[in-house]
Amino acid sequence: MTDYLWLIIVLPLAGAVLNHFVGRRIGEPRSGWLAVVGVGSAFVYGAVAAVPFFRGGDVAEEAVTSVHLFDWIPGIGATAELLWDPLAATMVMVVTGVGTLIHIYAIGYMHGDERFSRFFTYLNFFAASMLILVLADNFAVLFVGWELVGLSSYLLISFWFSRPSAAAAGKKAFIVNRIGDFGFMVALMIIFVSFGTLSYGPILENPGDVIGVGTATAIGLLLLVGAVGKSAQIPLYIWLPDAMEGPTPVSALIHAATMVTAGVYIVARTASIFELSTVAGGAVATVGALTALLAATIAIAQRDIKRVLAYSTISQLGYMFMAVGVGGYVAGVFHLVTHAVFKALLFLGAGAVIHGMGDEQDMMKMGGLRKKMPLTWITMGIATLSIAGIPPLAGFWSKDEILAVLFERGGYFTVLWAVGLLTALLTAFYMGRQYFLVFEGKARWDEGVEPHESPRVMTNPLVVLAALTVLVGLINTPFRLSFENFLEPAFEAVNIAQGPESAGSITLLAVVSVLAGVAGLVMAYLLYGRADETTRQRMLGLVRRPMFVWENAYWVDRVYGRLVVAPGKRIAVWMAEFVDQVVIDGLVNGVGGTVRRIGGWVRPLQTGFVRSYGVLLAGGAVALVAWIMSRGL
Amino acid sequence: MDFPILTVLILLPAAAAVIVMLLPEERQELHLPVGVALSLAPVALGGLLFYQFERGTSEFQFVERASWIPQLGIGWILGVDGISVLLIVLTTILVPIALAASTSITDRSRLFIAMTLLLEAGLIGVFVALDLFLFFVFFEVILVPMAFIIGIWGSENRVYAAVKFFIYTASGSALMLAGIIALAFIHRSQFGVLSFAYSDMLALDLSLTTQRWLFGAFALAFAIKVPIFPLHTWLPDAHVQAPTAGSVLLAGVLLKMGTYGFLRFNLPLFSQATVDFVPVMAVLAVVGIIYGAAVAIVQHDLKRLVAYSSVSHLGFIVLGIFALTEQGLQGGVVQMVNHGLTTGALFLLVGMLYDRRHTKEISEFGGLANTMPIFAGVFLFMAFASIGLPGLNGFVGEFLILIGSYSTLPVYAILAASGVILAAIYLLWAYERVFTGPVTKDENRAVRDLGAREIAILAPLVALIILLGVYPKIALDVIEPSTQAVLDRVEATSDFEVPAVGRVAELARSGE
Repeated sequence: MTDYLWLIIVLPLAGAVLNHFVGRRIGEPRSGWLAVVGVGSAFVYGAVAAVPFFRGGDVAEEAVTSVHLFDWIPGIGATAELLWDPLAATMVMVVTGVGTLIHIYAIGYMHGDERFSRFFTYLNFFAASMLILVLADNFAVLFVGWELVGLSSYLLISFWFSRPSAAAAGKKAFIVNRIGDFGFMVALMIIFVSFGTLSYGPILENPGDVIGVGTATAIGLLLLVGAVGKSAQIPLYIWLPDAMEGPTPVSALIHAATMVTAGVYIVARTASIFELSTVAGGAVATVGALTALLAATIAIAQRDIKRVLAYSTISQLGYMFMAVGVGGYVAGVFHLVTHAVFKALLFLGAGAVIHGMGDEQDMMKMGGLRKKMPLTWITMGIATLSIAGIPPLAGFWSKDEILAVLFERGGYFTVLWAVGLLTALLTAFYMGRQYFLVFEGKARWDEGVEPHESPRVMTNPLVVLAALTVLVGLINTPFRLSFENFLEPAFEAVNIAQGPESAGSITLLAVVSVLAGVAGLVMAYLLYGRADETTRQRMLGLVRRPMFVWENAYWVDRVYGRLVVAPGKRIAVWMAEFVDQVVIDGLVNGVGGTVRRIGGWVRPLQTGFVRSYGVLLAGGAVALVAWIMSRGL
Repeated sequence: MDFPILTVLILLPAAAAVIVMLLPEERQELHLPVGVALSLAPVALGGLLFYQFERGTSEFQFVERASWIPQLGIGWILGVDGISVLLIVLTTILVPIALAASTSITDRSRLFIAMTLLLEAGLIGVFVALDLFLFFVFFEVILVPMAFIIGIWGSENRVYAAVKFFIYTASGSALMLAGIIALAFIHRSQFGVLSFAYSDMLALDLSLTTQRWLFGAFALAFAIKVPIFPLHTWLPDAHVQAPTAGSVLLAGVLLKMGTYGFLRFNLPLFSQATVDFVPVMAVLAVVGIIYGAAVAIVQHDLKRLVAYSSVSHLGFIVLGIFALTEQGLQGGVVQMVNHGLTTGALFLLVGMLYDRRHTKEISEFGGLANTMPIFAGVFLFMAFASIGLPGLNGFVGEFLILIGSYSTLPVYAILAASGVILAAIYLLWAYERVFTGPVTKDENRAVRDLGAREIAILAPLVALIILLGVYPKIALDVIEPSTQAVLDRVEATSDFEVPAVGRVAELARSGE
């Protein structure tokens, strides 16, 4: 199977290429189904190739393979090589599995769009890029995927490029990500100079033999810079809310389920480097905790249904960072998987709502939709409970495991545990708020809006994702650590941080985190479900100030604009208009003028510049030759 | 004697120029097709050269030796190695493309085509000359057709730009001529006869002071040509005024004469001085990278923007060369080719836009992706190639350079890496303003998308950009032995030692 591992990448890539050239001709919906086949066949291939990992033990260990394709840039040890191990397999199945469902959904969602087939070209291209990223066995190949998903993200965010806001959002996403890439590239420079290669194998097997704590810390922190860009963490998260300008399937696939988890993936992948440096790991966890809390508070006050989910994604990614930062790689990747499922569901549900409401995204203009969109209502309801951490849904198991790991690490990490717990409460609250604002209560629709359920091609994926949301958490419960065993061969070189061992502590922690979730949901119910309008306004009045701050997302965008963008532009203008044109070019023209005047004394030649040339040539030559002669050479 | 392929490569475009001039003046519809057709002959020959070029050796190949002015020790000595062969191929490919894109030139078109072909002859001459005097002749000869191309077929301010280009670059080479003459005299004092042959120069024993002076004399000429900050201001003026073909060849090939010169002469001949001057060159390179990019961000004229982006990109090449590492040098050479393809393509695109709208002001556009989607797609493709997207050519060179310079010049390498952010800013912001949003101006509603001729012009560039991005070994295998030889030479003739990469690994292993 692994001999043709590259097929996993090439299948969706072929879909993209085919769609690029024939998509328009075969038309809607066929070009969409072509794309579904592209990514779906990759899923099938990946699932079959992953079979040995499910069997565990020696079979799984032996199934870990590195596939050498061709030499790419030999001078820096950049080889096109792929790695097939349980972590890669997990990512492949998430990307192609959730990806296939979202592709199908998009056939309905993008119905009637002028550039229907182009959309699927991009979507398939994204899948191929993401698969390069997760299958890479070489940092340079990883970087290829890393950048190509950035490109796909750019293309898809600004898919409706005639809208200036969409074009600006795409550009912003790419540029902010490039800031992260800068860190990433420097990390790769250090890695190459330290190890003399960029292949995972010799680097990640035993990095402690080669680099010390200092270098490991530098590499770890620089990789973190890249990770906070891609995974939208502090301080580079600002591109993700704007990325909601893209069509909703894009938000679900790229900006919730897959691409944004690349930062988590890279930390998990380079676990053996992070293990050498408590500082780097601690930084990852701290960034994650701060982001989780900050984004959750912002989510509370958003009116746009997609922005709530965007901030929620940032916050949930923060959870994953906390997990992998403290060495809870299984917990982090587990949450990555469950989040991919239920957040994709939430986004697709939100898309169904937006679709059914005639492109309305303001939750204040929704309400009472449960009767109009029963399937969307039920499935999104399940996802809401899942992200709120209500057992036995997927989100409960994975979030609980992260909190347990943090708690068990103790010391400083107990603070992060508390932050995580508070975030859990806030998460349940803002998701409850969204649920009540959208599905319950009175209808607040604009006139002429006739909400309706989406077509089957859109609701079927919702149903499948809802089923997965119920089931997928069961792959790793304290009763049965199947996922941990599954991932084992990928993390042989490191110690995986665990939660507490005693059943009592496990239960107690679980109860506390469920209580936090329930409390959040109850608060949301009281405020947005039960209270009438006047009571709600009075209660909200009590928290007016913080709500105002959160609604404006702490004005971070504006601060960046004032402190970075505007001064940067002023400096650039000053350099272009003063330094370049007045100082440097002024000097040049001044010298040129002088030379021409001197040239004027030499009469015989006619044209100006030939004359000047002659003067210069002769003068220079004479001077230098005279000097050399004088030294007796 | 073997077929003198290099001499023929020089003479072929020159002969083509003569043929074009012999065409009847009034049959204008013939001029360009004949010119393009004739310029395909060097492409075939260049391809043959590349095909027959022996990999895995750093020796000069296809060497031709004939005496020219024996009294002065000047010879017609030609040869190619892995560094020059790629630049020759690049030159031959870009000329027909540049010509084919010149349909808007109707005034004295014969002369224009002839000038372009003469320019090609000169450029090939520069890259194959292995006699310093001959090199200088070619180096200067190209100034004439280029200055005419700018000065006759340029925009409003063309004469100013042409004169500035000519004087600026010529004044740089004046000192180089003095340096070349000095080298010949030094050869006489050491070996008894005057010689300008490159191979003889390598045998000279130069004192450190002499090396430094000569390094300076050569470096000034090359630095202006590259151009290295702060000697770059002729470039935006020349580009903005030059017709499209002029810009394509200027950015695509002419600038590389500077970086090529550093590699061919400064490093091997004045190696100790090179090592001593590394800090200066590195600072200027990095300043150029960041400064060029920052200035590009705020340009109003699309062509000026691309011109300043060249300053930034060429800074990368200079950094790679003076990093004095295997990766840096390889990256520098491959980036010369990459920049030629990508920036050449960007200038072509700007030219096509100019042909339609007779303006290059960014604010005159907006929403063009609605009316000319194919054009927008190609532009975006080229923009990402220029930004250094992995999978396309620019990344390969840039990444080699960054990693290569990190091992000797870590701080500069890190500063240079910030250029990757700035490149995304100036290109994507420009793209946003020109192509996205609604169409706001009526003039932009009627513009037609790329035609078949234009697609045919751009297609080979797109193909090469992908090829060199995905499988750069096709170029790197050719480059590697020659850059390694340069590096070996520097190591052997100076106190410099290339640091071993992965040394930490070695130390750790040997320690146990």
